[in-house]
Amino acid sequence: MTIKPVLEAVDIVKDLGEGAGMVRAVKGVSLHLVPGELTLLMGPSGSGKTTLLSILGCIMAPTSGTVMIDGQSTAGLTPEQLAKIRRDHLGFIFQSYNLFPTLNAIENVRIALDVRGVTGFDATSRAEEVLRDVGLGHRLMNYPGNLSGGEQQRVAVARAIASSPSIVLADEPTAALDSENGHAVMALLSRIAKEQNRSVLAVTHDPRTLSYADRVVRIEDGKIVGEERRPEGINAPEITDLTKRRKAHA
Amino acid sequence: MIFTLAMRNLFHDRIRLAVTLIGILFSIVLVAVQLGLYLGSSRMITANIDHANTDLWLTAFGAKSFEDGGVLLADRERHQALATPGVQSVVPIVVSFAEWRKPGGGSSRVVVIGSDLDDKGLNTWALAQGTFDDIKAPDAIAVDRSYLSELGINGIGDTAQVATGRIKVRALTEGVRSFTQSPYVYTTLNRARQLLGADGDKTTFFLVKLAPGANLEAVKTDLTSRLETAEVLTTPEFRDRSLKQWLFRTGAGLALIGGALLGSLVGTVIVAQTLYSSTKDHIHEFATLRALGSSAGYIHKVILAQAGLSAVIGYVLGMIIALIILYVSKNSALPLVMTPGLAFWLFALTIAMCAISALSAIVKVTKIDPATVFAR
Repeated sequence: MTIKPVLEAVDIVKDLGEGAGMVRAVKGVSLHLVPGELTLLMGPSGSGKTTLLSILGCIMAPTSGTVMIDGQSTAGLTPEQLAKIRRDHLGFIFQSYNLFPTLNAIENVRIALDVRGVTGFDATSRAEEVLRDVGLGHRLMNYPGNLSGGEQQRVAVARAIASSPSIVLADEPTAALDSENGHAVMALLSRIAKEQNRSVLAVTHDPRTLSYADRVVRIEDGKIVGEERRPEGINAPEITDLTKRRKAHA
Repeated sequence: MIFTLAMRNLFHDRIRLAVTLIGILFSIVLVAVQLGLYLGSSRMITANIDHANTDLWLTAFGAKSFEDGGVLLADRERHQALATPGVQSVVPIVVSFAEWRKPGGGSSRVVVIGSDLDDKGLNTWALAQGTFDDIKAPDAIAVDRSYLSELGINGIGDTAQVATGRIKVRALTEGVRSFTQSPYVYTTLNRARQLLGADGDKTTFFLVKLAPGANLEAVKTDLTSRLETAEVLTTPEFRDRSLKQWLFRTGAGLALIGGALLGSLVGTVIVAQTLYSSTKDHIHEFATLRALGSSAGYIHKVILAQAGLSAVIGYVLGMIIALIILYVSKNSALPLVMTPGLAFWLFALTIAMCAISALSAIVKVTKIDPATVFAR
């Protein structure tokens, strides 16, 4: 049975800058995300992975190519319409957590619900629920300044999933974390993909994250250079290099 | 959450909050003082007009204010007015500047007001000491308590000279101040004429009371056509003319209004500057909100809530100080006035000021690129 993709990007090109200083950051990338999978987008610095993430997250418009979210094309949409798509379908996790320093953990999650029109008791109970789910039930009232890096990233994860988006996009979610916290956050993202049947895409260059991936997409110089997938039905950490396998088969 | 975030952003930087509040407070106090003085001046200028029991005023042509009527009208105008249908009574009052010779030497200018209380024309209100009958006694006058030292007297029983005659203080009023800083001296009609050396039938104004059911405009038109040597004004028209004379022709009112505008401008600039810098400091948080899918309107509401909160806190603090100044000015030559209406308009002005101040911050967040959330 074919699983319908929740996000489809076709032939994405993105030029940054103008005139002589213009750089083509993304060069004809096509990619799709399906529910229940944790996909890693890996590549060296400057390879265009964060630019691609911004385009997939409807934060940046591509120069050419199309992005479809749950079957809806984002082409030609106004900033407000794009914001609505982000509200309705997407959750974000950032490298620097981007928590509001003046709000406590529960308020940081509540604000993501508030922008979606979920307020009052419903918002509070949902925020509590997701914070408990990420293991922060004992830190509800703590401000970001009083939380460790790992805890802050877990608050950010809770904020991203609070509104039950079909897609969660994470930008270097482990970059600012130590090994233990990095593994904890990746395990959490993997669990979110599997148990909540969401599509999770994490941009990373951290090799520690590989063992949690269902699929790894490699990007270099603005182009996808490889795609690897964990063999289905096997509970093994190995990743099969589909590109290599395809090449060998050919 | 909009209110919570706005409040936390506001209280996060206490020094900036203090600067914002001082800006609003300074502005509110300045505007309250200027408008309070304007209102106080207006009340002083029109106090005698407001306390006259009349529907129409007959004045000599060109009378610019209550104090500026001259003693030019005579019984001829009175009889003509009384013969006009719809007129019930015509009461003369005399008003004129005069020299007050102090008992201890020196002089001062006063405004002599002659009115017979039995005519029910001009009421001598706010009598604090003495009675209306005391003013009927020979040589009696009433002055305001606040001008005693300026007039070189100590109180009831003291004597002085006004223009050509001797007078004795028999009664004191409380809070009846003069915008011209020439104290009002109340006495009977005939004594005022004697003091001013005016003929027995001369007067400054005739207060025209209409018969029940008479049409004001019709009587006014009729009187205007009959009286060639006098002007006929309704009380609101005479009030406006007096206010225009003292507040605008002298420039005093413009100075007060100008001060109020300047206060509003200073407040707006200070609040705009602090709101803008606060927004700039929190720009990454607003970009995060935008990335999370918030509408531009949601972020604008956060900024407006910050502005609104600043306005409310600044207004409360500003009003406390303005009321203290009001209390202190109570016994001064130019007391401030605060009315519920003025307090409401000051609040509306504060809100408007802060909303306008928020514009620069709103323009700033409108330009937020949510992609900057990945650049941190």
